[in-house]
Amino acid sequence: MSVQSEPVQTFTPGEFHRQAHDALGNPQIRSNFRKAMDGLMAKRRDVFSDWDLEVLRDLGANIRMRALAKLPDLLEQLEANCQANGIRVHWAEDGDEACRIVGEICEARGAKAVIKGKSMVSEEMHLNEHLEAAGIEALESDLGEYLVQLNRQTPSHIIMPAIHLNTDEIADIMHDKTGIERTRDADAMTAAARLQLRKRFMNADVGVSGVNFAVAETGTLCLVENEGNGRMTTTVPPVHIAVTGIEKVVEHLRDVPPLYALLTRSATGQHVTTYFNMIGSPRKPGEHDGPEEVHLVLVDNGRSRIYQDDELLDTLRCIRCGACMNHCPVYTRVGGHTYGTTYPGPIGSILMPHIMGLEATKDLPTASSLCGACGEVCPVKIPIPDLLVRLRKESVGEGRGNVAGAGTKRSKKEAAAWKAFQWLATHPFVWRVGTSVAGKLRALTPSRLGVWTDYRTAPKPAGTTLHALVKRHQANKTHGEDR
Amino acid sequence: MSARDAILKRLKERSDGPLSVPESDFSVVTHRGWSREERLERFERLISSVHGEVVHTTSAEWTLALAEVLQRKKIRRLALGRDHPVAAEAREALGDAEVELVDVDRDIESWQREQFETVDAGLTSTRGAIAETGSLWLWPTADEPRQISLVPSMHIAVLDAERIEDTFFDVIENNAWAGGMPTNALLISGPSKTADIEQTLVYGVHGPRELVVLLRHPREPT
Repeated sequence: MSVQSEPVQTFTPGEFHRQAHDALGNPQIRSNFRKAMDGLMAKRRDVFSDWDLEVLRDLGANIRMRALAKLPDLLEQLEANCQANGIRVHWAEDGDEACRIVGEICEARGAKAVIKGKSMVSEEMHLNEHLEAAGIEALESDLGEYLVQLNRQTPSHIIMPAIHLNTDEIADIMHDKTGIERTRDADAMTAAARLQLRKRFMNADVGVSGVNFAVAETGTLCLVENEGNGRMTTTVPPVHIAVTGIEKVVEHLRDVPPLYALLTRSATGQHVTTYFNMIGSPRKPGEHDGPEEVHLVLVDNGRSRIYQDDELLDTLRCIRCGACMNHCPVYTRVGGHTYGTTYPGPIGSILMPHIMGLEATKDLPTASSLCGACGEVCPVKIPIPDLLVRLRKESVGEGRGNVAGAGTKRSKKEAAAWKAFQWLATHPFVWRVGTSVAGKLRALTPSRLGVWTDYRTAPKPAGTTLHALVKRHQANKTHGEDR
Repeated sequence: MSARDAILKRLKERSDGPLSVPESDFSVVTHRGWSREERLERFERLISSVHGEVVHTTSAEWTLALAEVLQRKKIRRLALGRDHPVAAEAREALGDAEVELVDVDRDIESWQREQFETVDAGLTSTRGAIAETGSLWLWPTADEPRQISLVPSMHIAVLDAERIEDTFFDVIENNAWAGGMPTNALLISGPSKTADIEQTLVYGVHGPRELVVLLRHPREPT
């Protein structure tokens, strides 16, 4: 079995509109996501029912804000405590540098096989491609990630990577790519994957994982998971490399329980995950298992730039639960691949522009109806709708210019049109004459108005303005009362 | 400049200036005020809801319960420690039983394959548990290494009823975790599971397929 034969299916944020069109026309995608997201929303609602959710969310937001307020100090503290525990700490400006660091650690050990626990930062870095190019096999061990990798795809959801696939499709993948007898039975397929991957855990030279929380005061790396692949990845191979964004640090150990409570409940509606794995150090003298080396790679990749701006800073509070996508009416319909970015959905739309620049991601902040659901469910109260609006402003050059590619969407025509509208709307006499004329000439309104009319009929100005209607109504009322 | 220094410099010289540091009120994750019975009931209900099997026993007779579980589950090879009282008592009690006791006080490199392929169950002590979420608290040691609660198909954990605390926050605070963390600290809530195949819940993925908790009461439960 090889997982490296065909090229990975690619989507790009630059093709958002075409990809959305394709996804919307794909009944399989529509029903897979609809079913999954409806279930997740209901489970989340139920699991929080006996909690004072607002108080807990306030605490979660507060812990993340405190961590960000002290970020540089906490990173230094984390580094010092990890080093004191025997964990080697590396820093990377961007994904490429982080890949190089991981590659060098592998090379130093003569590693040929890397087993991976689920890590979105490693997806962001494109670590698998990098390692493959260096002749090192990188195998995903989270069942969903494994399926997606076998299918030469990328995750469509940050928590449930294979949510776009249904049982039949997965049965095909397991049969075609791993050679097992075709079955639709989830137990049998899981058992097969268990057997296949256990061999890989045993033979892996290096385990690569992400980090959910990095605790500064103790130098502890926390991982949240259900499958046990995270524990396997961080325990069985002789080397463990944890990769994480620099924002994942928290100050105290006691900051962890509220965030963990929010994370599992918001993500999958579970009151707890099977494993909460806290890694303190490599194997100590006298101990009989665990990795001999533990490395922590701290990845910036645009985060320190987001950090500069008071409003954008809130983006970095994220604990990667995925609740915003589960509740997003756009994500639910178009699915994760449509966004063409590592992180899809609302959080991706406010994060990816900083990682890839607004030029490449200019359609993402507008891929939202601004209904506000994402902000309402966010466990750390990130004002996602406000940040979407902010990025829309940045993309047309009306913001502070703090985002790479700001102004990329600015069109002279559009700017002039809004300028003209602003002038009209602040000059009542011209406005009234204008709207009255527009009403009389309504028959002349063109029926095609660019992309707007691709899915909608063109709006026609009303024959009578609202102003006139109100006036007439009031006159009738007065008249009626006189009688 | 190194990446480290460049990143820290940018963070320290933040263009919108220093940020204010909020105070945190943790009361929402502590002060549950549950009675012993409520803790027990909650722990059992929650860990059972994720397929953890709770076997009630007493501190005096727990090895009988262990032997019964081993027989019922057809365990032939059991990995366990040596020095911890749980391991020591189990070894003594199981001396004549049919189950083969597998020593774990040897470097894993010498028996990795053996553990993956031939050990049916791992027995461990626990440091405590959390009522709110139905979670076991384990700090693996040289005597009871990390893999025996992970690699064998079944994990049997011994828990004393009075060691159940209300919340995770309480466990961290009451036991002064921040004062010294071990190589690996674990919360375990049920056997390993996945829902990655169209949200169908399946128990037993990479970790144990079964988790049995021998819950030891000081005396016969009433």
